[in-house]
Order: sequence, then C-alpha cells, then structure tokens
Amino acid sequence: MSIDLEMAARVAKLARIRVEEEELPALAAEFNTILGFIDELREVDVENVAPMVSVTPMRLKRRDDVVTEGRMPEKVLSNAPDAREGFFAVPKVLE
Amino acid sequence: MSELSELTIAAARDALRKGEVTSVDLTEACLAAAEGAGALNAFVRHTPEMAVEQARAADARIQAGEAPAMCGIPLGIKDLFCTKGVASQAASRILDGFAPEYESTVTQKLFDAGAVMLGKLNMDEFAMGSSNEHSVYGEAVNPWKVDDRRLTPGGSSGGSAAAVAADLCLGATGTDTGGSIRQPAAFTGITGVKPTYGRCSRWGIVAFASSLDQAGPMTKSVRDAAIMLGAMCGHDPKDSTSADLPVPDFEAMLTGDIAGKVIGIPSEYRVAGMPAEIETLWADGIEMLKAAGAEVRDISLPHTKYALPAYYVIAPAEASSNLARYDGVRYGHRAQLEQGDGIVEMYEKTRAEGFGAEVKRRVMVGTYVLSAGFYDAYYNHARKVRTLIKRDFEAVFEAGVDAILTPATPSSAFGLGEVSDEDPVQMYLNDVFTVPVNLAGLPGVSVPAGLDKQGLPLGLQLIGRPWEEGDLLNTAYALESAAGFVEKPGKWW
Repeated sequence: MSIDLEMAARVAKLARIRVEEEELPALAAEFNTILGFIDELREVDVENVAPMVSVTPMRLKRRDDVVTEGRMPEKVLSNAPDAREGFFAVPKVLE
Repeated sequence: MSELSELTIAAARDALRKGEVTSVDLTEACLAAAEGAGALNAFVRHTPEMAVEQARAADARIQAGEAPAMCGIPLGIKDLFCTKGVASQAASRILDGFAPEYESTVTQKLFDAGAVMLGKLNMDEFAMGSSNEHSVYGEAVNPWKVDDRRLTPGGSSGGSAAAVAADLCLGATGTDTGGSIRQPAAFTGITGVKPTYGRCSRWGIVAFASSLDQAGPMTKSVRDAAIMLGAMCGHDPKDSTSADLPVPDFEAMLTGDIAGKVIGIPSEYRVAGMPAEIETLWADGIEMLKAAGAEVRDISLPHTKYALPAYYVIAPAEASSNLARYDGVRYGHRAQLEQGDGIVEMYEKTRAEGFGAEVKRRVMVGTYVLSAGFYDAYYNHARKVRTLIKRDFEAVFEAGVDAILTPATPSSAFGLGEVSDEDPVQMYLNDVFTVPVNLAGLPGVSVPAGLDKQGLPLGLQLIGRPWEEGDLLNTAYALESAAGFVEKPGKWW
C-alpha cells in the first residue's frame, strides 16, 4: 500500500495538523518507509487469534457514578490560553 | 561537598539514619552538581527552593525517627510527570507554560516517602524517541565521552539517564513505552527498571501509548532500583489499570542467591549485524549466571521479529488518540490566528506549531492506521500479533523459565546527529530488544555489564514473569555482583 500526496494530505487533515503543500512529498515518503516496515506483519498468520484488549488479565474496577472531585473552575481554567467568565474561549464555531 | 551527590540511595539512606549527613547537605551537593552541568542539558528546570524545603522536612522526619527508605533522597523527575505548580511540558512546545494544578501519583508517593525533587529532566518530546534529540529543550548529552563527539544518552528518558550517570542526583524517575528506561540506562552505565504493566500508576504522567506506558526507577545500583521502585508503585484508584496487589519489600528479596533458577536465552535475539562485542557481553552474562548456580536454557520466542513493526502500529495509534487533547483550548500553546480563522484552523495551526517532527509523524501514522478502511488491516492485525508475542513469553514461563537474559541494546551510545532523521526506521531499531517486553506487559531491567572497546558502557537486559519484580531484581543483583561494573564517566562538563 503506497501513500500518495492526496492520501498524505487527507491524513494530515484527519490528524488536524497543518502541513504545507510543499511538505507533502517528504511526508508521503516518510509514511511509505514506515508502512513498508509495518507491512512485515502481513507474514504472520493470525487466523483465530483474538486481538489483545488488555495486556494483563484484569477486570476494570467500577465505582459509583458520582462526582468525587469538583467545584474548582479556577483550577480547571488556570492553564487555558484564553478563558473568560468561567469558560474556555475559542473562535466562533457556528455562523 | 559535591562527592555527596555520588552516593547511592542505599548509602545515603544509611548515612542519613546514622546522622552522618543531612538531607539538606545531600540536596545542596546535588543542586550544585546539577547547576554546574549545563553542558549535559539533563536538568531543564531547577527547583532549588522547593528542594531545600523538602530536604528540611525530611531531616525533621529522620530526626523524629520516622524515616522511610526514600526520606531525604534527592531525585530528578522526568518532565513527563506532572508536578504541581512546576512546569511539566513533556519536552513539547505544545505544553509551553503548563503548570499542573495536581501531582502525579508516582511523584506524590515519592514525596510522601520523603524524597526531594531537584528539578525536571530532559527527554524526547512526549517520550517519542531513542536519542533525546527530539526535545523542545534541545538534546541531552551523555556524560560518557571517548573522543570529541558528543554522544546521545539514549531516549526517551535521556535526561534522567545523564543526570544519574553524571551524579547530579541520587536517582531519577523514567518512563518506558518501548525501551525508554532500559535503553538510556544501558547507554549511560546505570540500572533501569520497567515494572510489570499496572505496577506503577499512570495517573498524572503525560500519556503516550496507554497500554504500554510504565514508570520506573533509574539508579546507580540494583539495590537502589529496588528501594526506589518500592516507593513508586502500588494500587491507585485514579488509574483503573493499576494493579490492586500488595507491594513486596523488593530490597529484602535481594539475597543474591539464584541457585536453581532457570534463565532462558532466546535464539531470536541474535539479530543480523549485531556487533561481536554485544555477542561477547551476552555470552559473558550467561557464564556469570551459570557460575552463580542458575540453569541456562535455550528458548525460542518465535514472534520476536514482529514486535517492532507491531509496536509501530499500536504505539502511534494510541498516541494519535491520546494527543488529540492538545488542541490549544485547555492548556499550553495556541497559535496566533488570522482574521477569519475558525476553530479548525486553530487546531491545525496550533498542532503544526506545537508538535515536533517525530511527534507529528507518529500522530499521523497512528491516524492512518486507525482510519476507516485501514483499521482492520493495520491496527487490529497488530493487536493480534501482540497476542502472539505475549503467548511466546507465557509458553516459556510455563515451561519453567524464571527470567530471560538478552542484550539491552544492539549497540553502545552513538553520536548525536549520527542517525539520520530521513529514515525514522533506523532509529526505531534501537528498541528491538526492549519493545517485546512492553507489548507483553512484563517487567524488565537493564543492568550495566561492561564496556565496549571504545570504552562505552553496555547493558544486559533481564525479563521476568509478571508481578515478580522482586525475583527479577534478585537475579539482576546476582548479575550486577558478578559483572562488577564500577566505571564512571570522567568529568568533562
């Protein structure tokens, strides 16, 4: 499977990382090197093998669905690049 | 006073308890050593005021006669750990200025035990790298030097390894997703432990690949690793994958007696192009364990060759998902926007500016292998191969093998800039011996075992059964005693 410029641009878009037009050929080449390396996996017969879900056999712990920590909006917002009136501020999302 | 920073954790603990030294003395010696080691670029943030305050509190506890083993011990903390009120950036521009409002469980446990934080340590951005060259702080440098080249301390915990090897601290925290504790430990002649997956809480550690990440100690001896690991691990309700198992006294298990233990030697780790010196070191290690009374057995781990490619599907996939949180909204860097830019432009510009080349590469590879149409062919397929890799280990442990001995790395430390960025796969090959251990969730330790003919340290890796870090460390202790590695880098920095 080889990655062309169109696919490289699509992946960058999906990853929400801006890649300039002129950087796409180098990016596609890197993807192809890495995917060539990953393609070795195709040799492995995985018929009837279950994909790993958890590396150690464990049942995730459960707890009551209640608020355990909260009421600290100033702390939650303290690292925000832009926060106003108790909210995270972002550019307009809807027209 | 700088020689105090050369102490092991065990020696410092004993001296503290006898009243021969104070934690403030130890801390000031380490702070001075770290201050004078700018050329290594290991510490990227010094926290001297906090350190001295913690040291004073530790001295009071020791005087009161209530002193856990780590009480008063000055440590360096990898920048991947969130430390309350102290910038924690995972060596990334995208977390520029991020000062967490909370403390990671591992550092909290260390502080509760009385440990002192000297500052934050350099690393590869988001723990992605094997050379510490991918860091917003610039590269960390190996204190070992044999000619005029500056060598890599390995990665991703390169700053941790350099700081411990150069005696800037008594021990350091590291994290290991594919070898990021064990490879730098081997490159700098120190001990590094990756515990069983679930042993240390991941809460408050910036996530890279959540099913593989584990924190662990990087120290000057196996005994120190046992002491420090004991203080780092234990169940944490904040990490649902943290194991609810008792933590044994790892140090008490260091008897050095390994008579009758079965050590497996996997034929698949004899990779093409491996330097003869690594082969010799491995053979020497086998003889040392035999001489200590262990039974050595040839074993096969048939899927070893597929571990690295499986890792380079699974780890980027998890990273692309974990790193989706860096969007310029809640913390860290946000790009300057132009008139008319909407929220998508904000995401795209912020992430393009904030992530370095290797992180972008991995996030995009991860995005690709998870995208519609490729999920089964890549991601699910790799997870099936991961099942087979784990089964290989289970089979040899069921057959009675107690631990597996392998080289830690396929080479000694290389020069900074020597492995080209053009071919990322070349760099990935550094982790060929360490990655299978993460995929199988097992504990592993790198023990310094000798010097190559250039005079650079080489490490051997021991891999243990899940949850049996105590037994594994005891085997490592026997290997350490037999190898008798005492060399230190000559000070040039």
